[in-house]
Amino acid sequence: MFSWCTDPDTLEGLAWLSCYLTTGKHMAFYRSFGTVMVLLLVTAPVALAFGFAGAMAARSHFAPLRWLGKGYTAVVRGVPDIAFFLFFVIALDQGIEYLRHRIKCPDWSEPIRQGNDFVVCPAAKMPLSSAPQWVHETYGFALAVITFAIVFGAFAANVLYGGMRAVPRAQMETAEAYGMSRRQAFWRIMVPQMWVYALPGLGNLWMILIKATPLLFLLGVEDIVYWARELGGSKTSAFTYPHPDWRLYYFLALLVFYLLLTRVSEIVLDRLMARLTHGQATSGAKSGGRAADKGLAI
Amino acid sequence: MKKLVLTAAALAMSAGMALAGSHATTVRMGTEGAYPPYNFINDAGEVDGFERELGDELCKRAELTCEWVTNDWDSIIPNLVSGNYDTIIAGMSITPERDEVIDFTQEYIPGSPSAYVALSDDVDTTGGVIAAQTATIQAGYVADSGATLVEFATADETIAAVRNGEADAVLADKDFLAPIVAESNGELKFVGDDVVIGGGVGMGVRESDTELKEKFNAAIQSMKDDGSLNALIRKWFGEDAQTF
Repeated sequence: MFSWCTDPDTLEGLAWLSCYLTTGKHMAFYRSFGTVMVLLLVTAPVALAFGFAGAMAARSHFAPLRWLGKGYTAVVRGVPDIAFFLFFVIALDQGIEYLRHRIKCPDWSEPIRQGNDFVVCPAAKMPLSSAPQWVHETYGFALAVITFAIVFGAFAANVLYGGMRAVPRAQMETAEAYGMSRRQAFWRIMVPQMWVYALPGLGNLWMILIKATPLLFLLGVEDIVYWARELGGSKTSAFTYPHPDWRLYYFLALLVFYLLLTRVSEIVLDRLMARLTHGQATSGAKSGGRAADKGLAI
Repeated sequence: MKKLVLTAAALAMSAGMALAGSHATTVRMGTEGAYPPYNFINDAGEVDGFERELGDELCKRAELTCEWVTNDWDSIIPNLVSGNYDTIIAGMSITPERDEVIDFTQEYIPGSPSAYVALSDDVDTTGGVIAAQTATIQAGYVADSGATLVEFATADETIAAVRNGEADAVLADKDFLAPIVAESNGELKFVGDDVVIGGGVGMGVRESDTELKEKFNAAIQSMKDDGSLNALIRKWFGEDAQTF
């Protein structure tokens, strides 16, 4: 990185540190903070969409759709995140490959399950084994996003369902008295008003989502926890920059990062709440936000 | 001139096709990347170590295009079996238990001893608390030896456990421990006798992948025959390392 870094063995103090902190491996560590932020920014809207669809389904007058909506929240909310993550990602990956195998290699005669092996034809591999490494990493990341969205969508569905029910019944009755159809009343009266009831619960979910991002590590995505452990471990002179066990410092950096992220989120959410409840006589206004927080907490 | 251009175009095309052809057989090499000097992630962020050099040479001899992938030790066999990569080249000893789930090529490192490392000499290796990496032959050995086994996900954490007193000693491959002991300024030392557990180290492949296994078997054999494998072992594990 710097001109003085050509011979690290001769360096000391700050010069050594400046070179050490700019190795290719550290750059990957810094990039992984971006991975976490991208995960958050992509997952939050997708999870919200899942949640909205789930809440709408749960309110449906069509029984099978209602069962689907209620079943989705009940099943996903009732299974530990880690168990769901470990199961679902493998199941999804093998499911995709199985479908591709069926479509792309109809003439394949060998069984897919050979003892312990899961073997599909090379053309059905997802991604293809010849694809460059970044494609594999993006695919793994996409699987993680889908899994996160499904898990947090179930919680969001419950929060939004509660938010919809919290809109005063009189509002809907008035809308119907004005001649609005059920659909019109839902989109024009209920949806704009429910956010204020749902926001404390959604804010909670956002915080939990931030704290759940280290689960990426479990899915084999090289996130900040992976790199912190990898970089922090003691290094012998097989490495260019040998050092003793520094995991404490690396994990401390992660701690500070997460605290900063959650603190900034809190400030933004409080402002958003203040703006949404401005001039409204709802329980969300003023200090009521905290009470609603508990009422709708997952 | 025109002919030259045509020839060049034809060459470029055939090169492109050759490239496409070789791409179809990319072999993904799965390793742990946390077990120096066998395999580790170097400061540039790339897989490095004895197995990186060996694997690249084997791929060259077998005329395969190889790509390196890292995976946690704990789930390295399940992810091979489900097809996330095609080989395991991660200092994995050949044992009957593993051989039931996956297949191994012939050994590329002869059976090398494991050793105990502790802070002091008076450690009871059969009754104390011994650290080992999860799902290793050493962990199995400690469990059977009567000592209390504490397992860790990475080999580095087993050393840290001994340093901070969580475990009395660690059992691991001697080749992995030797540089750590040598550079600890006398803090860590080998205790007790070396133990020989399991056989040599081989590459793991799916049981259904016999063709790939045979290719690597042939490549390993050719490196054994011309002595380059022994040279590589001496380079990474020292002059005293066991060779073929």
